[in-house]
Parts: sequence; structure tokens; C-alpha cells
Amino acid sequence: MAVVVFGATALLLLSFAVGPNATALRQLAGGFLWVALLFSSTLALAESFRAETEQKALEGLLLLPTTPVALFYAKALANWLQLLLVGMGLLPVLVILYDPDLARLPEICGILALGSAGLSAPGTLYAGMASQVRAQQVLLPLLLFPLVVPVLLAAVKASSLLLLGDPMGQVGSWALLLLTFNGIFWPLCGLLFGAVIEE
Amino acid sequence: MGLDLLPRPNPRGPRIGLALIAIAVVLLAIGSYIGLFRAPPEHYMGEVQRIMYVHVPTAWNAMLALTVAFVCALVFLFKPSWKWDARLEAALEVGVILAFLLCVQGSIWAKPTWGVWWDWDPRLTTTAVMLAAFLGILALRRFVEDPIKRATWSAVGTIVAFADVPIVYFSVRWWNSLHQTQSTPETVDSAMVLPLRINAFGVLFLMVGFLMLRSWLAQRRLAQELAPPPETSRPSTSEERSLASTLELGGDAR
Repeated sequence: MAVVVFGATALLLLSFAVGPNATALRQLAGGFLWVALLFSSTLALAESFRAETEQKALEGLLLLPTTPVALFYAKALANWLQLLLVGMGLLPVLVILYDPDLARLPEICGILALGSAGLSAPGTLYAGMASQVRAQQVLLPLLLFPLVVPVLLAAVKASSLLLLGDPMGQVGSWALLLLTFNGIFWPLCGLLFGAVIEE
Repeated sequence: MGLDLLPRPNPRGPRIGLALIAIAVVLLAIGSYIGLFRAPPEHYMGEVQRIMYVHVPTAWNAMLALTVAFVCALVFLFKPSWKWDARLEAALEVGVILAFLLCVQGSIWAKPTWGVWWDWDPRLTTTAVMLAAFLGILALRRFVEDPIKRATWSAVGTIVAFADVPIVYFSVRWWNSLHQTQSTPETVDSAMVLPLRINAFGVLFLMVGFLMLRSWLAQRRLAQELAPPPETSRPSTSEERSLASTLELGGDAR
């Protein structure tokens, strides 16, 4: 919940960057939605490992008869769900502040699902690293933001097309790019996660 | 596990590295001389095009250095040893510096040619994103104190960042494009190919030389970091010695 409020505040602040220009606000709505979601994601991802590191519970989890791979997918799925909910929670705020045209809402939710999945797989991997380091707040965005540039580009482009109209029918190829990113990073990060949390 | 063995830096490493750098300087001097004074100016771009003789070799070698980093990271994860961690650190640093130089040279060339310092072209943007991603891994190495975690995590980060490079490239390419299409030796005059080739080998030798020097240095640092503390009964540092003498004096006074 606190994450949604943070994202909503980010959306409000971003609208000040444009000023009270309804046309410009409507055009930038898709981009701002994803920037707000990206900033909120670092909060949510860092939080997802806080409980484990505070009481050394991560070591306890590793003692369970499961593999780190299972642990990764559990964490990543939970993060995905949480980011998706944050994204959905930001949509009403977006409507109020930027007045975009939400005629294709189901597709927008689909892009939200694909994009937040793209954020959560590498995000969970890096949050697992960052949670064990002192400079956690610096390290996570530093590592994650350059990596998710394709997600951000594709998601911004796709949602802007859905909000502003898509005369060339390009949304599909951007969704495909998001799918490809997820298809590469969900298995890869799952494989590498064991190396990150094991001693 | 290979991490139990302390790194043993090759004593001949710096000498070979320096020799390679010396060869590189000679090659770069020859190549740049031909490129600057012998090769014809380009038809459309004129003299500005001559930056190609350093720009293109830098681009090739930046890619190569980061590919070396990726290979080192893979080898480290499958067969952990400090040697590969040191090589990873060296390749990351050399690659990041070359990628940075690439962005700077590109900007110098873009201003007179395109009229802007920066443009959101696929190769340019990919290089910038790559630079940021690998700089993040170098920062990670600074933040993590435990050497084993540092080595493993930076190997993981390198693999993830390297896998991202083609995706970034394609996403930006769909998004926007302006950069020159790649030239091949067939489309370029032979008088331009020669200095380009010489400089490409020059930068290659330079890169390998710096790689060897840097990984030798990294191994020495690791050896120092991992060495067991000296078992001496006598206080070693001057601070401890002065503290001990003060305590003795205090005892005398009592």
C-alpha cells in the first residue's frame, strides 16, 4: 500500500514537470506511468528481502529441503504480483491527473503484467544481492535500472500506443519484445540465484 | 574448491603487458599517421571522418573486452578460482574505459556530422546503457567486502548484463534510428582500410596489455587481502608499539 502511495506521489510530481497542459499530459501519461512504477519497484523489491535478512531467516529458508531455484521463483512471482497490483493501483491516479483514454484497458493490463514481470525477475536477483550489503538503497537501482532499459522502452511504447491510438498496429511487436525479455531473464536469473544466496 | 588456493600472480605478467603496450603505441603511431596524413578525406564528411581510425577500433575492442569479461564470469561460476576473478575485474575495467572513450569519440564526431552531441541511435544508446550496466557491477565490487561474495556476484551480474546487450540493441533500434550502417572492407577504399586495420591491432594490443597488467594487480591485491594475518606475539604496527610502551610506562609509575 505504501508503495502505491509512493508511486502516486511520483505521478503527481511528474505532472508538475509538464505543467497544466492537458494535451502534453495526455501524451506523456504512458511514459510517466512506467517511470513511477519503476521507482516504486525498487521499494517493493528491497522490501521483499528485508524480513529475511533482519533475523537471518534467509539461512533458515536455505536449510529447508527445497532448492534456491524454488525460492527464487516464489520470491519473483510474489514480486510480480505485487508490482502488478501497484501498477493497477496507479491507473486511477493516472486517469485523474493525466486524463488518458482508457478504451483499451484489458490490453493495458496485459502490458502491465508483461512489464512488471520483466522488472521482477532481474529485480529479485539483484534485491537478493543488495539485501546483504550496507549500501542497499544505492546498489539496487544502480544495477537494475540499466538492465531493464528494454522493458521500460517496450512497455512505455506499448502503453503509449494503447492510450493514444495505434494506427500501424505496432503494439504486438512491443509485447513480443517484453515476452522475449521475460523468456530470457526468468530462466537465467533463476539459474544464477543459487550462486547469489549460497555461501 | 579453487578458492582455497591463494592467487599467485605471474611475476612475468607486467613485463609481457608492458611489452604489448609498447607494440601498441608503435602500431597506433603508424596507423594514425597513415590515417591522418596519407589516407584520402571522405567524400561527404571530409576530414571529420578520420576519427573513424580510432573510433571503430575502440568499438571493436570495447565489445571484445566485455566479451572477455563474460567468458571470465562463466569460467568463474563453473570452476571458481581467484585467477578468473582477477581477470574478470581487469576485463570489466578495461571494457568500461573503452566504452566510455567510445561515447566520447562518438560525441566528438556527431557534433560536426549530425549537428548534435548525442542522439538516441541504437548503437550509441546501447553503448551508453552497457556502460551504465557494467559501471554498476564495478560499483558492486566496491560495496561487497567478502571476497567470495564479491567474486560470485560480479560474475552473476556480468552474465546478466551481457545477456541484456542484444535486447537493448534491438529495442532501441525499433525505437529510433540514425547511425551510419556498418561499412565492410568492400565499401571502403583500400587506402582507408590499411590504417583502420593497423589501428585495430594497435588498440587490441593496448587492450590485452592493460588487461594483463590490471589482472596481475588484481591478483596481488587479492593475495594481500586473503593472506592469513601474520602470527606474531610482538605488536606489529607503530601505533600498537607506542600504546604498549605507554602501558609499560604506566606500570612503572605505579
